[in-house]
Order: sequence, then C-alpha cells, then structure tokens
Amino acid sequence: MRTKNAAVPYVFWMAVFVVVPLVLIVAYAFTNFDGEFTLSNFDNIDVFLLVFGNSLYLALIATVICLLIAYPFAYFLAQEGPLFRKVAMLLIMLPMWMNFLLRTYAWMSILENNGFLNQLLGLFGLGPIRIINTDVAVVLGMVYNFLPFMILPIFSVIDKLDKRYIEAAQDLGANKRETFRRVIFPLSLPGVLSGVTMVFIPSISTFAISKLLGGGMSFLLGDLIEMQFLGSAYNPHLGSAIALLMLVLVIIATLVTNRFGNGEEGAVLI
Amino acid sequence: MAKELIRLHDLCMSYDDEMVLDHINLYINDSEFLTLLGPSGCGKTTTLRIIGGFTTPTSGDVTFDGVRINDVPPHKRQINTVFQKYALFPHLDVFENVAFGLRISKVPEKEIRTRVEEMLEVVSLKGFEKRRVDQLSGGQQQRVAIARALVNRPKVLLLDEPLGALDLRLRKDMQNELKRIQQQMGITFIYVTHDQEEALTMSDTVVVMDKGRIQQIGTPEDIYNEPKNAFVADFIGESNILDGVMHADYVVEFFNRKFKCLDKGFAPMEPVDVVIRPEDIEIVPPDKGRLQGTVTSVTFKGVRYDTIVDFKGYKWLIQTTDYHPVGEEIGIILNPDDIHIMKKSDYSGMFGDYSSYSAEYDEINDLEYEEEGEDAGHED
Repeated sequence: MRTKNAAVPYVFWMAVFVVVPLVLIVAYAFTNFDGEFTLSNFDNIDVFLLVFGNSLYLALIATVICLLIAYPFAYFLAQEGPLFRKVAMLLIMLPMWMNFLLRTYAWMSILENNGFLNQLLGLFGLGPIRIINTDVAVVLGMVYNFLPFMILPIFSVIDKLDKRYIEAAQDLGANKRETFRRVIFPLSLPGVLSGVTMVFIPSISTFAISKLLGGGMSFLLGDLIEMQFLGSAYNPHLGSAIALLMLVLVIIATLVTNRFGNGEEGAVLI
Repeated sequence: MAKELIRLHDLCMSYDDEMVLDHINLYINDSEFLTLLGPSGCGKTTTLRIIGGFTTPTSGDVTFDGVRINDVPPHKRQINTVFQKYALFPHLDVFENVAFGLRISKVPEKEIRTRVEEMLEVVSLKGFEKRRVDQLSGGQQQRVAIARALVNRPKVLLLDEPLGALDLRLRKDMQNELKRIQQQMGITFIYVTHDQEEALTMSDTVVVMDKGRIQQIGTPEDIYNEPKNAFVADFIGESNILDGVMHADYVVEFFNRKFKCLDKGFAPMEPVDVVIRPEDIEIVPPDKGRLQGTVTSVTFKGVRYDTIVDFKGYKWLIQTTDYHPVGEEIGIILNPDDIHIMKKSDYSGMFGDYSSYSAEYDEINDLEYEEEGEDAGHED
C-alpha cells in the first residue's frame, strides 16, 4: 500500500506534463481554427516532405558520426584506470554544464567566415572555407552537443560487461579480435541502441542548432514546427500535425532499433 | 600407461606481499581425474587459473606435454574451462554457445552441426538447441558449459567448482555424470572444489591444499585413511585428534595408556598426533573397554548417531548405529588399524577436539562454504 501511495505524485506529474500536452497536440492536429474536426492539416504535409527528408538525413549522419567517435572512445576508456576515467568523464560532462545555446553560439563564432577556424587556416595559408550556414556546420553542432549521450550508455555497458565472458571466449580459442567481434560487441549493443536513440531523437527535432549554425540554409523539422507556433506562419494546428508526424517517425525509428537489439549482429543497420 | 601431461614446477604466486601459492609442485597424468581440494583462499582456483592461462605465476614453470607454456595465452592452449558460474554467452542460444569454439577454429558448418549434436547428446540436452541460455535451469546451464568446453576435444578440462550452485540432489547426479563423461571421453579433468565428499567420490587423485601449499597428494583412500597432518585429517571427514607419544615402532601412548598401532619409523618418545576416525570406534560396556567415558550429547543424523563422549575432560566424536542416551557410562575398544599416527605439524592442536561440539556444527560449516563459493572466483 505504501509504495502505491508514494507513486501518486509522480503519476500526477506524468499525467499533467506528459499526457495532457500529448492529448492537446493530437486535439490541435485534428482541428481547425474554429475548433472543428478536420484532416486538412495533413493535406499539405507533402509540401514539407523535403524538410522531413533533410531532417532525417542530417540526424542519421550525426548519429552515425557520434557512434563512430563514441564507441572506440568508450571501449578504450573502459580499459583505463579509475583516475583516468574520472578525468575523462569530467571532460565529457564539462561542456554540458554550460548553456546549450551558449555552446552553439561559441561554435558560431568559431565557424564564421572570418572566425577562429578560418583565421587558423589562414596562418597556414589555407582556406578560407565556408562552413557556417551549411549542413556540415549543423551536423557538427549536433555531434558536439549530443556526443556525450552516445558515450555514456556505451561506456557503462562495456564497463559492466562481465569479464568472465571475455575469459570464456579466450578459453574457447578466440583471440582479441574474435573476442571483440563475437562477444564484446554483441553484448554492448544495448548501450549502442540507447545511445543511438538518445542522439537521434534530439537531432531530428532540434531547431536551435540549425537556426544558429545553418542560418536558415538547412531548414529542419524543428524549425518548421517552431515557425508554426512562434514564427510568422502562426498555425498551431499545422504545427501540431507536423509534430505528431514526427512523433510517429521517432516511434518507428525506436521500434526498428529495438527490434534489431534482440538480434545478434543487428547494429550493422545503424 | 600413465603418461605425464602437465607439470607445475615450484609455482609461486603473490599479490602485493601476500603469498597465494607457495612452491607448488605437482604433475598431472593424461586421462586422470585430479581434484584440487581445500578451503577458501587455499590457492586452488589460482592454480587452476594458472593452468588455464588466465593468471601468470610470479615464479615457477608450467609445462604441458614437456613444453613450457607460461607465456602461451589461453586461446592457444589445448585446455578448456568450465567456469564457476558457467559464463555462458547470454546473446547466443544453446547451439551457438556450444558451437562457439568450433566456429572460431573455422570448422566446416556440417561438421559443427554433427559435433554439437553429438555433444548435446552426451550431456543429455538434445532438443534444447534453440533455447536461450537464461531459460535453462542451473543443472542444464552447467551441462551446456561442459558441452561447450568438451566439443573442442581439449586434452584437459578445467572445472572450477562447477557444481557449487546446484542443490544437493542434482549435485550427486552431476557427480556421477561428470565421472561418466570423463571416462567416456578419456581426457584429463582438473577439478576444483571445497567439498571433500565430491573430491573423494570422483577423483583418481586428490590434492589437498591450504594456505597456498599442497598438504597431501594421494588417492581418495590414501587421503582418508592416511592423512599426513591434522589439517588433512580434519578437512577430509571427521577426526578425533589427540596428542600422543611413540614409545617404539607399533606402540603409541595417549591418555597415559599404551596402544598397539600399525605405524613405525618414528624416533623413540617422539610426540605425535593420533587420529581416530569416529566411525572406527567400537562402543562396549564400561568394564570391557580400554577407556571409559560419559555420553554428553547425541544427535540423530539419519544413518547414524553422532555421539559425543567425555573422556577425562577431552571430548570425542563417536559415530554409532546404536543409541546411547546422554549420561550413560560407556567403554570403547580401539583396534590397531583404527589408530593412525601423524607427525606433528603447524596444524597440531588446531583440530580434532569436539569439546565445543554442537548440533549446529555442520550447518555453520555449510554456511562458511557457501560464502566461500562466492569469493572463490575472486581469489586473484
């Protein structure tokens, strides 16, 4: 009984701040300005297909890059001593103590046409290159901001991996490479999957990064939705419809990753 | 016929300043069932891990078929291990777990299929191929672990307390099963356990260890009947251990009385430890016995009574099939072959006194062993 009662505030919280907004979004998505039921919000969704495609594409690239950086990093970090780990973890977490917008603004000034990066390149007689306001800058911003969400879950899975499995593999004749391929990697997949989810979802819905680093050149789903609520195109009904579609997209993506999580060598798909 | 396969030469192992193995010398014959037996922290698991290649000894050599293998990594040794908690791969089904080693060595798919099927039949797990390992019972997991190791046709199988997690009934069945498999496959088993009964039941050779040293090596009969010191006498079965003095060959004195025995070769008047097994003592009416005492406690154990008898302040454990009530005066007779003489050792005076005997004695013992089962894997 006691545990049941203790859960009440949390259930209340969830109901008010998760379920109610969701219901509102659904309600908005299927009504017009007069409050009447309509499907017309979805009529012109195909106009935005390009934005959907672009968002999906950039989020996927950012996720893959994060994975490629984070996995080896997490793997080697797990072999290190406690002091090294602590320092490394601190360095990973440190940027996250700063405001997200601030960090992104910092990247803005680094990547600007006459920003830090191009000045540095200029010293070597190179460049200038145009990065700011391109997809490259947007992906870079995503990777920079969301990389820790990939590293942490992968690290914690590899770190907790039972050493006996590794010994058992060696015992059965597996060298280091085989042990990694057949035991360590498959057993670390849950970490990879949660990392992928945690990077992919904020990447596909971000609007600040694309706004600041993409400068309107790469227009993403997040920007589109934001525009319907706060921007010139004020239309919360259309915004809700798009948000709902994005939700469906994310759910499908999560289901797909989870489905392959049960298989052995499914990470190829990511 | 018995060909030496593995030799441990002056093996020492220390962590920081703690000596875990202290000059271990041991050879293991081909097709032998050898058991390393001892309490927690005696170094048995460390010894096994050194043979398996998971731990490098501080000094000393390990040879396999005459070749030094100290620096050979585990995956290149013709040795497979059944780990304490099996360490079955959770992401693979039963078939793939067993097939693991064969896939590594690139055995053709068709041969893998037949060999795995064959092996699953040996361990009576046919039809379980597609099961997930976490859907298996403890006994089934353990048999998968054995199959996974044996399918590679190793020359030696190492088993680290493989039955520790099973209940008593299953443990007995698996003991027989293991012995059967060992004889059927004709390979060397090196078995680590703290359970003396298990060791006596299965082994060709028992190596009793304590404090990083080998205390005694012998057949189960030797170890039980001719323990070398008080530790072995106490660890293997129950023993009454008394202080005695050898007067001459075949004559020992204890309790101020001389007894005939079968031991010789001691210095005149040399102090010795006298071992008398509780089941060897014959109870007779007081006037017919060599010694007289009073029953102070009786515990029913099923096939026998554990009777504690007070002889002039020194309490003995006597195991009988007849019931003698508390307070009864009894006499005992000792035949020469009931008395076993051991040289004095570091262990003298530490074991074999039943003055503090209580019915919970066994349970306390069992508890200690269970805890030990937990740590034994972390001996390194």
